[in-house]
Amino acid sequence: MTISAWQAFWLIVQREMRLSFRRPEQLLQPLVFFLIVTTLFPLGLSLQLSLLRDIAPGVLWVAALLSALLSLDSLFKSDADDGTLEQLALSGHGLTLIVAAKTLAHWLVTGLALVLVSPIVGTALGIPTGAFATMLGSLALGTLTLSWLGAIGAGLTIGLRRGNVLLSLIVLPLATPLLIFGAAATERAVSGTSVVGALYFLAALCVFTCTLAPFAAAAALRITLE
Amino acid sequence: MSNPATGLVVDKVHVWRGDRHVLQGVSTQIGRGELLHVSGPNGTGKTTLLRVVSGLLRPEQGSVSWLGRSIVTHRSEYQATLAYAAHEPALKGDLTALENLRFSVGLKRRLQPRELRGALEQTGVAACADLPARVLSAGQRRRVSLARVIAMQASLWLLDEPYANLDAAGSDLVSGLLQAHVAAGGLALVVAHRELALACNVRRLELNS
Repeated sequence: MTISAWQAFWLIVQREMRLSFRRPEQLLQPLVFFLIVTTLFPLGLSLQLSLLRDIAPGVLWVAALLSALLSLDSLFKSDADDGTLEQLALSGHGLTLIVAAKTLAHWLVTGLALVLVSPIVGTALGIPTGAFATMLGSLALGTLTLSWLGAIGAGLTIGLRRGNVLLSLIVLPLATPLLIFGAAATERAVSGTSVVGALYFLAALCVFTCTLAPFAAAAALRITLE
Repeated sequence: MSNPATGLVVDKVHVWRGDRHVLQGVSTQIGRGELLHVSGPNGTGKTTLLRVVSGLLRPEQGSVSWLGRSIVTHRSEYQATLAYAAHEPALKGDLTALENLRFSVGLKRRLQPRELRGALEQTGVAACADLPARVLSAGQRRRVSLARVIAMQASLWLLDEPYANLDAAGSDLVSGLLQAHVAAGGLALVVAHRELALACNVRRLELNS
């Protein structure tokens, strides 16, 4: 009896989740980085609350993108190093499905975790509670998009010894629209103006990368596996 | 000579790595109930040939076909029927031996409860089933990866140095497994430096630089 694509997808997601929870320090690293950077900003700048509120969305988004980027390096690398990536590639399920499952699982333990702690950071930076819904929504879309973009970069750089620097160089330019529209959405929510335009744009980027990035990342992996 | 439509055919495969011509027109075939023993000095492309046959590496020239169909166009069907054991045992150190098997064999076929423990018992590492793979010795890890090959119930086995790190009993175990697999009509491609003393249909392929 063979395994359907969905069963294989969930089995890989399960595998990734179990691996992440066996290494809690790796799970906590991006979160701690996110918390440290965002709490250092107000300390370093000794601002008044009104000024802090103005720069808060930008600070929040820069910190979120950088900490999500920190965790991308490990997406395929450990599997490539110990040979389990070859086993996955030979499972008969197609690399696109494997990449999609691994990336989704990666987002669940890094991106989604970041989204969930963002209200704490938002409170510390003086973002009003009324803007939290927009902040959470835009961060969720932004981090998911970043995970897909990162999968392409991680696929291309697994064969390299110092791949993480190159990975940042590949991913960061692609991530600038996320920063611009994500920070804009949060800023507008803070000032009470309409946020739909920026959110639609983020959602469009997210759909775009969700549909195309798995194929691109699978192609990148196929090259590096050779 | 076996009928090519019933097995694996490698036809004039050329592979370059950079400007090194690693495989220079290798042709061979494996029929049902046959084992191909690939040997040769280090660096002559034994592992490269194994990767080409598995479909991981595409040759620059030549082709590999399974049951008369190219493995490039029928990639996933073909890969579902093979079990590949690379030189490194490909186990996640943070997962237990059993979990490692569950997540890799589980992608190939539906598993019965306790079936994987049975496979681990067969290779003599049942006691390690619930230990994280990182605490196992090199020989124990090799045995776990052999248990994975058994549990996949694949018709084509591709093994890279299956005798590495094993004690005398382990070597006998590998030979026994190979003989049973081939006797049951299976196919195997084994890369090994040592002579294989097997009571089954063995074809030899010597690679030279």
